[in-house]
Amino acid sequence: MKKKNIYLLIFILVLFGFALRSIVPINTKLLGPEGLTLGLDLKGGSQLLYKADLSKKDPSITDNEAMSSVIEKIQRRVNLYGTTEPTIQKQGADRILVQLPGVKDISDAISLIGKTALLDFREQKLDENGDPVLDDKGDWVFEDEPAKAEGRDGQERELTGEYLKLAHTNVDPYQGPVVVIEWDSEGGYLFEKITQRNLQKPLAIFLDNEKISAPIVQSVIMSGTPAQIEGRFTMDEAETLAIQLNSGALDVPLEIIGQENVDPTLGADSIQKSKRAAIIGIILLLLFMLIYYRLPGLIACISLGIYGVFLLAIFSTFPVTLTLSGIAGAILSLGMAVDANVLIFERMKEELRTGRTLGAAVEAGFNRAWTAIRDSNITTFIACAVLIWLGTSATFHASMVSGFAITLFIGVALSMFTAIIITRTFLRLIAASQFFATPAAYGVKI
Amino acid sequence: MIDLVGNKRWFFLISAIAMLIAIVSLAAFKLQPGIDFSGGTAITINFTPQVEQSESPQLQGQLRQEITEFGHPEAIIQFQKESSSFFVRTKFMSPEEVNELRDRLKTVLQREVETSIPLEMSPTIAAETARNAGLAVIIAAVAMLLYIAWAFRRMPKPFRWSTCAIIALIHDALIVMGVFSIMGKTANVEVDAMFITGLLTVIGYSINNTVVVFDRMRENMSKGISHDFAVMVNSSLLETLGRSLNTSLTTLCVILALFLFGGTTIHNFVMVLLIGLIAGTYSSIFIAGPLLVVWEKKEWGQLFSWLPFVKKPAY
Repeated sequence: MKKKNIYLLIFILVLFGFALRSIVPINTKLLGPEGLTLGLDLKGGSQLLYKADLSKKDPSITDNEAMSSVIEKIQRRVNLYGTTEPTIQKQGADRILVQLPGVKDISDAISLIGKTALLDFREQKLDENGDPVLDDKGDWVFEDEPAKAEGRDGQERELTGEYLKLAHTNVDPYQGPVVVIEWDSEGGYLFEKITQRNLQKPLAIFLDNEKISAPIVQSVIMSGTPAQIEGRFTMDEAETLAIQLNSGALDVPLEIIGQENVDPTLGADSIQKSKRAAIIGIILLLLFMLIYYRLPGLIACISLGIYGVFLLAIFSTFPVTLTLSGIAGAILSLGMAVDANVLIFERMKEELRTGRTLGAAVEAGFNRAWTAIRDSNITTFIACAVLIWLGTSATFHASMVSGFAITLFIGVALSMFTAIIITRTFLRLIAASQFFATPAAYGVKI
Repeated sequence: MIDLVGNKRWFFLISAIAMLIAIVSLAAFKLQPGIDFSGGTAITINFTPQVEQSESPQLQGQLRQEITEFGHPEAIIQFQKESSSFFVRTKFMSPEEVNELRDRLKTVLQREVETSIPLEMSPTIAAETARNAGLAVIIAAVAMLLYIAWAFRRMPKPFRWSTCAIIALIHDALIVMGVFSIMGKTANVEVDAMFITGLLTVIGYSINNTVVVFDRMRENMSKGISHDFAVMVNSSLLETLGRSLNTSLTTLCVILALFLFGGTTIHNFVMVLLIGLIAGTYSSIFIAGPLLVVWEKKEWGQLFSWLPFVKKPAY
């Protein structure tokens, strides 16, 4: 029994060492480029200002409709890109303000958001004799208009990204990264007709009026079969294109007119004050634990310190973007970690009062407190799982809800570990050592 | 022994009045939508001589104070590093008001101030997102209801236990929203994205507290300390009272420090937590358990029998 505790202590210390190594020195590691990723509200980020060219909009919709549709599509792109809690706002009549938290490569983000991403297919241009037209370099020339076909209702329709159901990336053994697209039923029907007409001929794929490739149609692509867009992409380019296609082509072209690095939305001044306040609060909390629970209180303080280091190490190792809602989740989990310790100590005190020995009181305290800790934490886990699932789903995308739930989930899992493994091991070792055998050290009068 | 369960009608009365006020206020005044939901005006403020990066936080503090006194405590103020200017978003301001603000800044800050043409800006959070967040919480509450019923499956009628826990949760959320609704009417306090986050925290805290108290009731029930459900619940509440108060006090330490010394931009958020903490502690002690006693003993009628206009049960 005693040996097992010493092994556990060594295990905790080794783990603590690793955690500490990943965050210290705090300035360069925890707060450095590889450390914590903080959200727009806490750290600031990049601000991009776009101007929409409303003269190019479809005349059947109003300016406002075009702008809201563009904003909605930008929102979808940014969400699919995996950015946490961006700000996307219409400003004036034709400007769109986008604020993103620290993105690694801002030029990627700029093209992701601003590209129209209008996809279409074009047939080969033929001369009067039916021979392919060639340009000066001897390359094929393609039509200026997107390929059309008769739709199910007999109407001529251009096949564009509008008929796309889903786009995703794949790696083709010959072409490298490609984007696979699935058409909706009308799109599949049109595509089948177009490929039938162009069998063994090149069919160019155009994105924003630029040719990206012109593969030869090898077989008729039947309705319902996915098609493949090749274009010597890198994996990143293919992923960006898939996101853009999934979010839909922008209704009007955008031009970037401003780019700035901005301060946190919560204000650098205000954050400084709040940080100081949080430190005061935590010191008060630790003092309370020390005075009220004495020796176990000290142990709780130590295990909470270890808890804090572990939590920061996890947040800086895994790509979690911390925003205020994430911090709120972490604070709640800290509260629950304190609560777990309080539960155990209250139980221990009860057991000591009934006259049990210290060792027996430690064991009984843990066993009795365990069911309460287990059930309250599992309830929290379940609620978090639901919130993460719904918060990240495409139809819901309430990212502040999932940001909160993710950190709470991680924090609660860790708090169970701290209470059950760390606090218990420390208490067992002390109970066995007989150094502090007086009940007074535990705040109990007998 | 203190009789918490015996005095339950008083506790219920307090909560019922508080909830009633909350509901009436929410129905009458609703919640004041903050800048996240309503949109407003965006301006850029330039200073001459140019603001150095090092002096920006201090100047930002002064700027915030001035804009707050000007009637816009909700302002989001960000320093733009490339152009050394401040990007300010507030609720709607007319061009005249912007000019007035500029003149005021000139005199107070003793600097040459230039403001850009104010641009109208749209909300950053669609009302739909807030609705979705609410829906997500409701689904999460149903999941918790099912789990708590399962965790207490050895108890007779476990669904009553979990329903009481969820009622305590609704109680806490409703009171927080009610207070913000009243403050919205009387002191122009607005709700924003942070309010939603705060409510989530309150809900998590509430359910945690209630489950801990219920756990003790479950243990005492299995031990069979009393045939009387009310006596059992009462002694469970008293046994966990120390823990409930200590946990609340430790949490209060942190929240109160943030409330008193924290930055103004998170003030409303911390207030949500503070009210939620009080409501959550109260409901886990005085509402969840006693409510279960009423349900188990079918005392619904008796609960209100002391009111003069309720017919007394015949016994």
